[in-house]
Amino acid sequence: MAYFLQQLVNGVTLGAVYGLIAIGYTMVYGIIGMINFAHGEIYMIGAFISFLTFLLLGALGVSYVPVALLLVLMSTMAFTSVYGWAVERIAYRPLRGSTRLAPLISAIGMSIFLQNYVQLLQGARVKSLPPVIEGGFILMRQGGFTVQVTWLQLAIFVLTLVLMVLFTYVVAATPLGRAQRACEQDRIMAALLGVDVDRTISLTFVIGAALAAVAGLMVTLYYGVIDFFIGFLAGVKAFTAAVLGGIGSLPGAMLGGLLIGLIEAFWSGYFSTDYKDVSVFGVLVLVLIFRPSGLLGRPEVEKV
Amino acid sequence: MGSGTVKDAALAGVVAAILALPLAGFQSVDLGTAGLGIETRFSYVAIGAGAVFFGRLALAFLRGLHVNVPSVALPRFQGGRLLGGVLVAAAVALPFVPFASRDVIYLGTTILIYVMLGWGLNVVVGLAGLLDLGYVAFYAVGAYSFALLAGWLGLGFWEALPFSGLLAGTFGIVLGFPVLRLRGDYLAIVTLGFGEMVRIVLLNWTNVTGGPNGIAGVPAPTFFGLPFTPRAPHDGMTFHGFFGIAFDAQQKMIFLYFVILALALATNFLTLRLRRLPIGRAWEALREDEIACRALGIDPTKVKLSAFAIGATLGGFAGAFFATRQGFISPESFTFQESATILAIVVLGGMGSQTGVVLAAIVLVSLPELGRVFAEFRMLIFGAAMVLIMVWRPQGLLAWREPSIRLAAAEAR
Repeated sequence: MAYFLQQLVNGVTLGAVYGLIAIGYTMVYGIIGMINFAHGEIYMIGAFISFLTFLLLGALGVSYVPVALLLVLMSTMAFTSVYGWAVERIAYRPLRGSTRLAPLISAIGMSIFLQNYVQLLQGARVKSLPPVIEGGFILMRQGGFTVQVTWLQLAIFVLTLVLMVLFTYVVAATPLGRAQRACEQDRIMAALLGVDVDRTISLTFVIGAALAAVAGLMVTLYYGVIDFFIGFLAGVKAFTAAVLGGIGSLPGAMLGGLLIGLIEAFWSGYFSTDYKDVSVFGVLVLVLIFRPSGLLGRPEVEKV
Repeated sequence: MGSGTVKDAALAGVVAAILALPLAGFQSVDLGTAGLGIETRFSYVAIGAGAVFFGRLALAFLRGLHVNVPSVALPRFQGGRLLGGVLVAAAVALPFVPFASRDVIYLGTTILIYVMLGWGLNVVVGLAGLLDLGYVAFYAVGAYSFALLAGWLGLGFWEALPFSGLLAGTFGIVLGFPVLRLRGDYLAIVTLGFGEMVRIVLLNWTNVTGGPNGIAGVPAPTFFGLPFTPRAPHDGMTFHGFFGIAFDAQQKMIFLYFVILALALATNFLTLRLRRLPIGRAWEALREDEIACRALGIDPTKVKLSAFAIGATLGGFAGAFFATRQGFISPESFTFQESATILAIVVLGGMGSQTGVVLAAIVLVSLPELGRVFAEFRMLIFGAAMVLIMVWRPQGLLAWREPSIRLAAAEAR
């Protein structure tokens, strides 16, 4: 029971991270109908920027943790958003309305480029950051096994929850959200009715990148080790989360992220850590075979 | 060139500076016991921003000259057949020219492996328009199935080759069947996941695949039963003994080179033939418009599956050859990097173009040989080139995308 609870806590933490990345996939898919393969790399860049900002603050002598965290959060979100914007502007916008395959290949190229860009600039070695937030509280004790929730895990839950509420509000009740939903339904009609489609799509990428940046920051704090290759696996997993929840559906992305996090945590807790990544891919394939529209998505009919 | 251009370029420069600031401007340094420190490298940021600013200006200037750089229409390339013939002749002659050292032949063999993989993937990506990001999985299946068949049943290269291809093809069908009904993007990510899955299984299934240590002692191919060893195994003959020539280690390398050349040419022949068959035409039609194909009574799943399976089989053959050449295989050789390289070869060469794949493979494989800098920047350049080509010349550097078959009326026009 205690072990189960501990895996649950770990799984929800992972799920929060995947959910934040999955939103970026699902939003972009909803609005322009393509999979942004470079999104995993945006998350990786977020992790690196947060890591470097921590080091910079350390060197500058900012040692009060809440201030440092806030500064890191802001700088990471800001700089990573610019990356998200630039990726769309360079690799996707010129390809709007071209063949089906072109944006996908462009996205793969972008992903390869960003990975190697970070590797060349920051080195291929694994970077490790000493723990910033330590300690936690004990949830329950059972037969010598303690279930612990660290402060960091708590911070991750709270931050994710806040961001999701904020984000849901943006999509549901602001002019930007309305424009996004309009573009999602019919881009040409939206343009005719005075929605600036290019700007809306750009902002979608910016928001997606900002959320992925937060996920990157969380992972940097949670695991303490990052390298230039983390975006690949996290990207595939978050994509799986988006598909599981129903691609194009925002609550679906959050739900999917949570489920993938739990599956991974329980799989490595009860079966084997060697095959935990395989379990996630297995879920992806199963979902695609039996329920391609995901848990909360609508079936899609391709029209001329 | 108006002030608008300068403003635009300045804006691009500023964005580049913002992008470069965190990742290029700072770098973590190891301080030993004191942990990690940070160093500034603002010169990198300045160089990056300056390069973007002037690059942007130069581009605008070139556009202003009405040369219209990106869309310069290359004349339709007529000498395809001739160029192909020249390339084949050059490939056959390569081992016999004076400068053909061990290294040159080795490099030539590597290039030909990638040419074959590129041609195999070309069937899937170039002809059928299915983006396969886990092509290396089939390559791995081919390599491991040969290594295991050799280890368990004592099969030689030539006996195991059909099984390697068959097994890889079966894998392709099993994987493709569930996902080929879905949109192309799903296929891309599922194949990506599948490629990774195969690698993880190879890495962890230690008692069969040897885990990270891989499988060593994969046998080399024989020349109609004649091995390329200094001494005959027991009752048989060796290659040099049979022909009455002195033993030379280079004979084996040259033989391997010709084996892969033959395999690659067979692949090319097969692809060119298939393109003329109804199935090949269905691939190309499906690439252009799936809905129209469905309306015409083509079953998209079956057609896609056939392309996928043939691509996988060809990858399996290449894998078996790779195993026999290396004599040793491990999961290290089958990473996503490899899939990306093969895809880059197909994309840069021009999807659907056979000659383009050859030229792209030559450039991409020999680039790292030119020096350490090229080796380091190789993947960075590939990635950037893939984006730029999609933006400027989606049909590839050399090729033009054109159906293999057209109506007689359209031809006469």
